[in-house]
Amino acid sequence: MPMPEWLRLRRSKSSSNEDAALWTKCPKCGEVLYRRDLAANQSVCSKCGHHFRMHAHDRISMIVDNDFVEIGNDVLPRDPLGWVDKKSYPAKLVGDREKSQLSEAVVCGFGRVGGFEVGLGVMDFSFRGGTMGTVVGERVALLLEESTRRKLPSIIFTASGGARMEEGMMALMQLAKATGAVSRFMEAGNFFVTVLTDPTTGGVSASFAFQSDVIIAESKAMIGFAGRRVIEQTIRQKLPDQFQTAEFLLEKGHIDAVVERHEVKAALTRLLDYAAGGRRYLQASGRL
Amino acid sequence: MNVIVEREKGLLELERRINELRALGNDSNHAIDLSAEVKALEQKYAQIQREIFGSMTAWQKVNMARHPNRPVSSEYIAQLGQFDELHGDRHFRDDAAIIGGFAKLGERAVMVIGQQRGRDTKENLRRNFGMATPEGYRKAKRLAHLASRLGLPLLTFVDTKGADPGIGSEERSQSEAIAACLYEFTLAQVPIVAAIIGEGGSGGALALAIADHVIMLEHSVYSVASPEGCAAILWGDASKAEEAAARLKLTSADLAGFGIVDEIVPEPVGGAHRDSAGLIARVLGSIEASLNKLTALPAAELVEERYRKYRRIGAWQNERQEAVPLKT
Repeated sequence: MPMPEWLRLRRSKSSSNEDAALWTKCPKCGEVLYRRDLAANQSVCSKCGHHFRMHAHDRISMIVDNDFVEIGNDVLPRDPLGWVDKKSYPAKLVGDREKSQLSEAVVCGFGRVGGFEVGLGVMDFSFRGGTMGTVVGERVALLLEESTRRKLPSIIFTASGGARMEEGMMALMQLAKATGAVSRFMEAGNFFVTVLTDPTTGGVSASFAFQSDVIIAESKAMIGFAGRRVIEQTIRQKLPDQFQTAEFLLEKGHIDAVVERHEVKAALTRLLDYAAGGRRYLQASGRL
Repeated sequence: MNVIVEREKGLLELERRINELRALGNDSNHAIDLSAEVKALEQKYAQIQREIFGSMTAWQKVNMARHPNRPVSSEYIAQLGQFDELHGDRHFRDDAAIIGGFAKLGERAVMVIGQQRGRDTKENLRRNFGMATPEGYRKAKRLAHLASRLGLPLLTFVDTKGADPGIGSEERSQSEAIAACLYEFTLAQVPIVAAIIGEGGSGGALALAIADHVIMLEHSVYSVASPEGCAAILWGDASKAEEAAARLKLTSADLAGFGIVDEIVPEPVGGAHRDSAGLIARVLGSIEASLNKLTALPAAELVEERYRKYRRIGAWQNERQEAVPLKT
């Protein structure tokens, strides 16, 4: 797939430290990987198959057929609590923007996947750990409201450490906001799919990630409500490695499928095809 | 150690002495008039009480919210006209950390759900310190759905540090249980009134708190994570909880300012447990008054307005950006 123009723009901005940025090491098997090859392989280690965390823009270009029209990118964070710890919250946000080249932890918009028009939201862990503050809640609500209006299925890729502490209760209330948007969207008869990527925990996990019709997860993704450290501190013992992985959740019956990254687009396309088939019947039989 | 309990110790001693002197003064066999001494002690008592409780820090409020004598959900429910408890999630077990069932508030039939802390160690073990497992949230979801179907207004009492963070809870998907509960509350076709009576911690609290009218006790706290949890998440050090509490803006006044809480019920000086009966009556009175208004609204309007309310909450800015051409 050719690299979209907007992706090239982003890349050129972040290439100041060119030489160090050429190579990276697989955290799983230690293989030294040439970054361009890694990107070409959808950020999957060519040796061991480890799925690297993925930039939202890379993920979008991996999923959409060609065009993607972003919405809600004018919704930007504020500092409701006047939060300061080692740094002020606004200073942290500036750092996140520079590091991630994103304005917030989710990118939302519309595009086609396997020929089907969809609403698409993609979270990015590199912006404040993918935490859900006001902007994430607001953008997800805008996406689902617009999808409801346009009667389109929606897909959200989750990656999140949970609610954003620096926005306090404003962040927790986004669970309520996003859930309200999800329930209205789904009750109107629209199809909702979530793809859980590494990691999906806390408030995002306990709201829209697990409210969808079909939940698929990327291979080996860490998924859970409480963080591993919190559980280990509570029970005072170490957890097995498999605990809270996508494979563990599949075995326990909490998700529909574990899918390798290379197969995600094909899997989504098949799901959208089933829903489109059902939709034709609903319309013909007067239920829509 | 609860800092409020520590602060109360001297006051309780003073209270005991005042009562002793009073009893002596009332004893007709004694000819001594002790009223001056009693009065002086009472003044001292009131003065110390004002000093201690007049302006409390966020951390002191966290401790007040966790006070062992603070009224718990079952005490509010006991003051309802009737209560018929319903048990179980219909899948796995009955979670004692959440109680619920049919009840009467005045003449009105309602559904009530509350998070239930224990009053002593034994009860706390049975109730998991008010931290619900997935089964608790699945029971709550079931009762909320039933309330919506039968047309019973839903009352909830929120009092939890957070959802249970254990292995079993993860194995049975705490995430899905909370997510499904939240979903149900956004759709319930009946008025929902939530009262934050103690500590409201994280998604585990919010699961029972999406409501048309949110009442909060003056010294209750309600936060995105428990102060210990927040300190652990941000600074890897749960012992910095006091610092986290100060930053989180978790008091009733803060949250009313954000539009997250609709009504604050004042507490007696020294906290709710100083006059539990009076306080519970006032909370139930507030619930009844809000139900009188909410039941007058058509259900569709109620649910729409509930969504609009949460849709407004948050702090963001709109900045028109140059639309990036995303064409290949």
